[in-house]
Amino acid sequence: MKRHALPTRLWHWLNLACVTGLFMSGLNISNAHRRLYWGEWGFAPEDAWLFVPRFPGWMTIPGHYDLAAARDWHVLLAWPFAIGLLFAWAAMMLNGHFRRDIMTSTAEWRPAAIWHDIVQHLKLDFTHHGSKYNFLQKLAYGAVLGILLPLMIATGMAISPGMDSAWPWLSEIFAGRQSARSIHFLTAWAIFAFFVVHIALVLLSGPVRQIRDMIYGGEA
Amino acid sequence: MRRRAVIAGIGALFTSACSRLSDSKAGEALLSAAEDWHRKAHRLLGGHGALAREYDRADISPFFRGNGSTDPDSAEYKAAVQNGFADWRLAVRGLVNNPLSLSLADIAALPQRTQITRHDCVEGWSAIGEWTGPQLALVLEQARLKPEARFIVFHCADHLAGKPYYESIDLADALHPQTIVAHRLNGEALPVRNGAPLRMRVERQLGYKHAKYLTAIEAVAKLDGIGQGKGGYWEDRSGYQWYAGI
Repeated sequence: MKRHALPTRLWHWLNLACVTGLFMSGLNISNAHRRLYWGEWGFAPEDAWLFVPRFPGWMTIPGHYDLAAARDWHVLLAWPFAIGLLFAWAAMMLNGHFRRDIMTSTAEWRPAAIWHDIVQHLKLDFTHHGSKYNFLQKLAYGAVLGILLPLMIATGMAISPGMDSAWPWLSEIFAGRQSARSIHFLTAWAIFAFFVVHIALVLLSGPVRQIRDMIYGGEA
Repeated sequence: MRRRAVIAGIGALFTSACSRLSDSKAGEALLSAAEDWHRKAHRLLGGHGALAREYDRADISPFFRGNGSTDPDSAEYKAAVQNGFADWRLAVRGLVNNPLSLSLADIAALPQRTQITRHDCVEGWSAIGEWTGPQLALVLEQARLKPEARFIVFHCADHLAGKPYYESIDLADALHPQTIVAHRLNGEALPVRNGAPLRMRVERQLGYKHAKYLTAIEAVAKLDGIGQGKGGYWEDRSGYQWYAGI
């Protein structure tokens, strides 16, 4: 058996491409109105809870301010992103990857075990005993796959006025369109934070082998 | 060095491929296809008659922001404001059997719909207001659409960068119960910044579809001959999506 199953590898790179494009076009869209609000409505500075900085061209798609083109990219990439995630979840459930590698056991939630894991991480000791991922890894992958990425799709759909008429309960769950927009923005940065930590840990744990295994599969 | 090539390839994808792809014919087709998939998905999931959410009076935002044109500067429009829009006419023309020229009194005499809805700007902000006016479906019923009509075009009195503002929607949105020709906002005559004396409300789409300073409603079979043919002022000028329900 390979270290990473084919569906995992395919989805990993598809998702990287989609998330990168969505994030960078999203920053361009953010530049169109650089304030965030809670509730259903908001337009004035006095309603805002956050003033967002202007993101420079090197961080955005396209590389200059263009709301129309950024939205084109955003709504195009939303499709492979959402369908890809659905595919990844189906594959993870069917091939046992979720149950075997990502689902945590009660024993792992003991404070002593969690502390042991944190200490191991800080010592940059990446040997795993018995299972493929240690507890913090399972937690991080579980949160990204199960919470952050689905939350991007749900809040994105809640912001869309056409989708809001079709499924009005969606923006009600988030307590209003502007709240959904704020959560969309915050979750995007939470995913970016995961990305930074993920890259750092790959670099610290043999990046060549890690990347090679995520492309060719590697040995279990 | 296949590995390095792969990594470099991924990086290059985002620096150059995006702009090259969107400039190509195939890229353009892909982007507009994605817009179409969203429209179809919205109508599949909600049905053609899905209603935009309506709110209570207590939810109305204290001020309704104006965007784009907020004070058209043509002499004609300024004179109309001076005159209290007494001579304003709304033409209903194109592929109709019974062309109309409606005064504001004619429009106020039609059965009215009042709805408190949320206005979402493409830029990202939202405001909630109470709008009153006849359903566009009623106006089109009076004008008797010809069977070949497929789109409804809205012509406006305002110009941006020297070009007249216009917009268009398909019949699914034109005949939708919440699509109204609004002449009142929050119980008062429509303010100039929000499109006085008449503006469209197309509640399931973004703000730029809600044409202000409305002078004519035209039924057409295709959008080719109007403006630069993309169905609206911002669609022509900046490439905004024609379906603005996303």
